[in-house]
Amino acid sequence: MRMQNQRQVYGQELVELGRENERIVVLEADLGKSTMSCMFQQEFPERYFEMGIAEANMVSFAAGLSLTGKIAFVNSFAVFAAGRPYDQIRQGVCIGRLNVKIIGSSAGLSDFGDGATHQAVEDIAIMRAIPNLTVIAPCDGVEAKKAIRAVAELDGPAYVRISRNDMQDIFPEEQDFEIGKPYVVKEGRDVAVFAAGVMVSMALKAAEQLEAEGISVRVVNVSTLKPFNDKAVVELSRGMKGVVTAEEHSYIGGLASAAAYALRGSSIPMEAVAINDVFGQSAHSADELMIHYGLTDKDIVNKIKSILK
Amino acid sequence: MNSVVNDLEKRAKEIRLNIVKMIGPGKTGHFGGSCSAADIVTALYFWKMRHDPKNPKWSERDRLILSKGHAAIVQYAALAMCGYFPEEELYGLKKLGSMLQGHPDLRKIAGIEANTGSLGQGLSISCGIAAGAKIDGMGYKVYCIVGDGELAEGQIWEAAMAAAHYRLDNLTGIIDCNKLQATGAIKERFDTFPMKEKWEAFGWNTIEIDGHDMEQIMDGLSCADKVKGKPTMIIAHTVKGKGIEIAENNAAFHNGMLTKEQYELACGALMD
Repeated sequence: MRMQNQRQVYGQELVELGRENERIVVLEADLGKSTMSCMFQQEFPERYFEMGIAEANMVSFAAGLSLTGKIAFVNSFAVFAAGRPYDQIRQGVCIGRLNVKIIGSSAGLSDFGDGATHQAVEDIAIMRAIPNLTVIAPCDGVEAKKAIRAVAELDGPAYVRISRNDMQDIFPEEQDFEIGKPYVVKEGRDVAVFAAGVMVSMALKAAEQLEAEGISVRVVNVSTLKPFNDKAVVELSRGMKGVVTAEEHSYIGGLASAAAYALRGSSIPMEAVAINDVFGQSAHSADELMIHYGLTDKDIVNKIKSILK
Repeated sequence: MNSVVNDLEKRAKEIRLNIVKMIGPGKTGHFGGSCSAADIVTALYFWKMRHDPKNPKWSERDRLILSKGHAAIVQYAALAMCGYFPEEELYGLKKLGSMLQGHPDLRKIAGIEANTGSLGQGLSISCGIAAGAKIDGMGYKVYCIVGDGELAEGQIWEAAMAAAHYRLDNLTGIIDCNKLQATGAIKERFDTFPMKEKWEAFGWNTIEIDGHDMEQIMDGLSCADKVKGKPTMIIAHTVKGKGIEIAENNAAFHNGMLTKEQYELACGALMD
């Protein structure tokens, strides 16, 4: 199974988009070698803006560029991209529905070494709460590439979550990506798992284990967290004995919240694999953190079993 | 020249009258900061800026971003006078469903270039527009009016550095320096002075003018055109509430209310 790094894929796709469309501009707050926006700088220095370590100005500056017809990609770590310029995203970008794309890199716990200050566990919640903003958490490199292209083509603001670490390919190369569409990754009859980002691969592993025990699990990749496809989630839950959500994010305001709201009229049992209402911390590997915060295939298996009990 | 100045002064007075009328008696509105900026806004729309009310999205137009978005009504009055929308619309100010929101909304009003109101952001947006113009090789100019109280926002200084770094000489900022913020004198509440020294240290050309002297405003705007390689900040010394006697230099009229009597008095003085 091929592993890809979303940051690398993102950097390459941004260059590709830059070649195809001269309206693409890129802004960075001194993390270009990590977000991989540096690749765009190398090819198109005249359309690349190093904004210094000043995220608020970067977002509003991007709003200004978009007002001259540019498609502005704003880069930083997810904690800084979604957190520091929340007000700039809300006021200057989203009220006016401007063509600004916020790329939150090293999202979730993926920046394992840097600790709580650098681990975005609530970025989706913050971004989802803002009207007019599209929010996407791709599950792998293939989907990240397609999602970046999709938001470039979208006329309006978007937030895309990018992981720091290598991810296993799941999204089929030949599959079209459509904003707002959940993808059934594996069919099943007993329980539906709605997952986003790296948790899609965890859900698949969980499903494989349970298959051996005679439990059939449907795995759905819900990469678009907003606009959230309530209808599809309801449809894909129909006839199931239960639903489990899985995300590398706080249970507040992310996939668990969105799915619970979508299923509010249903009596289907539901469980969530998510980070409790706590901050992250440093560790020597992302895997250690995933285990510590209960974000593994085993955690998904346990939640599924608790529902079926 | 004199007739041009006279005409602009007459327009500024009429804009102030419309500010008073659109808020009306017994209702709160941002009289203070709107009236202090009235002469500057008038000079921009009726003398300096190239723009076309019939074609608000004309790509070569000069842009005005009102970073101190709470003074929206001065811009609304000017846009209506230009013909961007009928003057009757002014009386729908802040009514439910009205295009004239409490703060400028680019999706609702032709001639509004950005959504402002959260202070400190307009200058950054202006920088982005100016940078976009440079990429496109367009010659239009970007004007941004900021408040003196607004200078407390850290983002203003991020924008100041960015504008100097990217040599945005197509950007002219104007500080509506009326010396009062919402809760009192800037010098006492939160001192944003000295201004000239700060902007020069940040790499800007500065010009200091009397923001109610039409000829000085015109001179200042003309001088800014000649500066190459760096942005210009015009520090315009103004009087908060200028033209409405009871509101002049009165922080209570940052967002204040005229009684029926005060309203009649203000209208009368502005109709003279």
